[in-house]
Amino acid sequence: MELLSVSHLKKYFASQKAVDDVSFTIRPGSIFGLLGPNGAGKTTLIRMLTGIFYPDEGSILFKGRRFDPLKDIAQIGYMPEERGLYKKMKIGEQAVYLARLKGLDKHTATEKVRQWFIKFEMQTWWNKKVEDLSKGMGQKLQFVITVLHEPSLIILDEPFSGLDPVNSNLIKEEIYNLAAKGSTIIFSTHRMEQVEEICDHIILLNKGKKILDGTVHSVKQQFKENLFRIGLEPATDLTASIAPAASTAPSTRPTASDLLPRSPDGVSEINDLFEIVSRQSDDLIVKIRPGVLTNQVLSWFIDRNTGINSFNEILPSLNDIFIRLVEGTPLTRQFQATDPDKEPVSMTALPVSHHTSHKPIEDE
Amino acid sequence: MNKIWLITKREYFTRVKNRTFLLSTFLLPLVIVLFLAGFILLAVHGKSRHRIAVIDANGYFKDYLKSDASIEFDFSAGLDSLNYESKGCTAALIIPPLQQNEKTTYRLKYKKQLGPANEEDLRDRINNVITSHMIFEQTHISPATLDSIRSHSATAELETFEDTGKEAKLSSHRIASAIGYVSGLLIYILTFVYGAAVMRGVMEEKTNRIAEVVISSVRPFQLMLGKIAGIGAVGLTQFLLWIILLTGLTAIGQLFIPHDTWMEVQSLQQASAMSGPSVAKAGDAAQLIYELKNGISATNWLLIIFCFLFYFLGGYFFYSSLFAAIGSAVNEDPQEAQSLMLPITMPIVFSFVIMSIAVQDPGGSLAVWASIIPFSAPIVMMARIPFGVPGTVPWWQLGLSMLFLVLGFLSSTWIAGKIYRTGILLYGKKPTWKTLWKWAFRKN
Repeated sequence: MELLSVSHLKKYFASQKAVDDVSFTIRPGSIFGLLGPNGAGKTTLIRMLTGIFYPDEGSILFKGRRFDPLKDIAQIGYMPEERGLYKKMKIGEQAVYLARLKGLDKHTATEKVRQWFIKFEMQTWWNKKVEDLSKGMGQKLQFVITVLHEPSLIILDEPFSGLDPVNSNLIKEEIYNLAAKGSTIIFSTHRMEQVEEICDHIILLNKGKKILDGTVHSVKQQFKENLFRIGLEPATDLTASIAPAASTAPSTRPTASDLLPRSPDGVSEINDLFEIVSRQSDDLIVKIRPGVLTNQVLSWFIDRNTGINSFNEILPSLNDIFIRLVEGTPLTRQFQATDPDKEPVSMTALPVSHHTSHKPIEDE
Repeated sequence: MNKIWLITKREYFTRVKNRTFLLSTFLLPLVIVLFLAGFILLAVHGKSRHRIAVIDANGYFKDYLKSDASIEFDFSAGLDSLNYESKGCTAALIIPPLQQNEKTTYRLKYKKQLGPANEEDLRDRINNVITSHMIFEQTHISPATLDSIRSHSATAELETFEDTGKEAKLSSHRIASAIGYVSGLLIYILTFVYGAAVMRGVMEEKTNRIAEVVISSVRPFQLMLGKIAGIGAVGLTQFLLWIILLTGLTAIGQLFIPHDTWMEVQSLQQASAMSGPSVAKAGDAAQLIYELKNGISATNWLLIIFCFLFYFLGGYFFYSSLFAAIGSAVNEDPQEAQSLMLPITMPIVFSFVIMSIAVQDPGGSLAVWASIIPFSAPIVMMARIPFGVPGTVPWWQLGLSMLFLVLGFLSSTWIAGKIYRTGILLYGKKPTWKTLWKWAFRKN
């Protein structure tokens, strides 16, 4: 059974379709990446999943039942991108207070806060005030508060922003741990390398619509461009071994001028099987033509007695895919009105201004 | 419900444990007492003395117009309307020959304004002079005899009783209006102080960005209600401490009243109980204490305290939810809050103005209506209640006023809740009343 199943979810603000007919499902125990450029509707979507907003249309099933914000909220831990704490309150008290708001009793809450503080080496912080913490420390505290009540769904919006590599790793380890223990994690970020590293499954939102859905592997397969990196044996005399492309018969020994790319940009080599995209000494990047098998390419080199050290497929990074898909989308889409005659009212700015006005905790 | 309770507790304890709470609890009454004392002191001793040159064409005014603490009359020969200033006078009073049974105009020429109270006083004195002179002319009673009769005849004292049907209760309007004024003033101050505290609290949650963290655990409405309830409880605590403080101070104050004065007060009380003519000759201090004692014992304290709590809480809930709505809408800039606050502070200030009229005329229609509509009821009704329920304030007015106040704060909380829900998560947009209105009344 899916932990979360979202179908045809819509949330329209006066002049903007913040979330426009989005459907997806999340398996229990998975780490799910929610991606999208600024103003794509991620925060609005998350706010519907946490019961802060009610959807205009569509349904959310949580553990197979209709999502009931009042009841199910205790099973959700949400770390918003815009996060902060009561500055004058003691850290220990604050963590216990927020845990009790999630429904834990005082004793359990205190016990759990203690355990997490020991785990993150924060025991000595208990009586400190938030205003005395650095941003990174505040971030760790935020994370503890989010996962303290052992929620089955954890939603993390940019959890690593402001963390040093050591603390980033600490949190990352905990995310893996929690997922291994059965928690499901929704991870929202702009940092694609983190997504590639952490997430099993991703969806990409743009202008309120879902434009991509799949596992990290399948998405990369979907967007691959048939590029391969071929490492040639250093000793290989290229000029003597690589055949020219179309015009010459395969049996004829190739000449040097036929073998090398003819122009500096490196895309002029032509044959039936592939074209050379770039070349750096022994490193060749080729684009295999549609329908051609990799073995045919290998045979082509073998036929020409060319020594091959390595042969790897180059998959696009999520970053490349992301940029390719959302390129050209204006950064803010404040004026994309559902009704062109209607004057945009302030609600429209919500998902956008939310990002643009971001202020780190320590600045306040 | 449990979550609202948790929020309420946090709001309450973080404030009560704060040092500023204790400080303000004990300092505010002190400041009010000092302010009132200073006010009275200035009013009594701070009066300027006027020296008026009298140019009298009738000749008899100098026999009647006597100089006193506020006005000195100068009848020296040679004074005229041009040279009075150089002779040390601040004004010149020019009285032409007065004809009997005919309106005659007399004039005051001044360099330094007398002020309305002194002008009124002067007008009365001139008319008294004319009356006294006519009495003298027609009966030949000398002005001195007349003065002596006047001063010896002021022996009657008024005691007022409120007719409650079964019995007549001794009442004091002076005490009632003092209690009314203080109650109204307290509610006025508390509404502002705690309303502003709610607004600051909401703004703090918004600018600290903890709002979204909390709102993922509780409904925004619960967060708002918890905050309002918690800060309201702080106000109640403060009020309770004040009552204890006041009772204690009164008890201590009584120790400083001399024994003789107490004896006089007692004889006044006995005389009053026998309903006989007051034989005791009591000093001013004793008279004052007697009146205070009577006023305090005639006052229905239970009703006043109950009503005070009701109207404090009612007014507080009514206005603080609106303050919360504003706090949720503004960003870091306090200027934004200032401009949005005006429509909320205006009715409170107006109520205060109406209240100071109501303590003079608690049965007037302005006072009655202002004590029924919820915008001004908390302050104005509290000024009327000490004058007597159900005498000055009939039960139906009290009931209607309370009912409207409850309905009023329910609807203001509801509207504020809708504004709050949208505003608390919205950053970077400068709010206007137009947008707040849209948030409050748009359909879900």
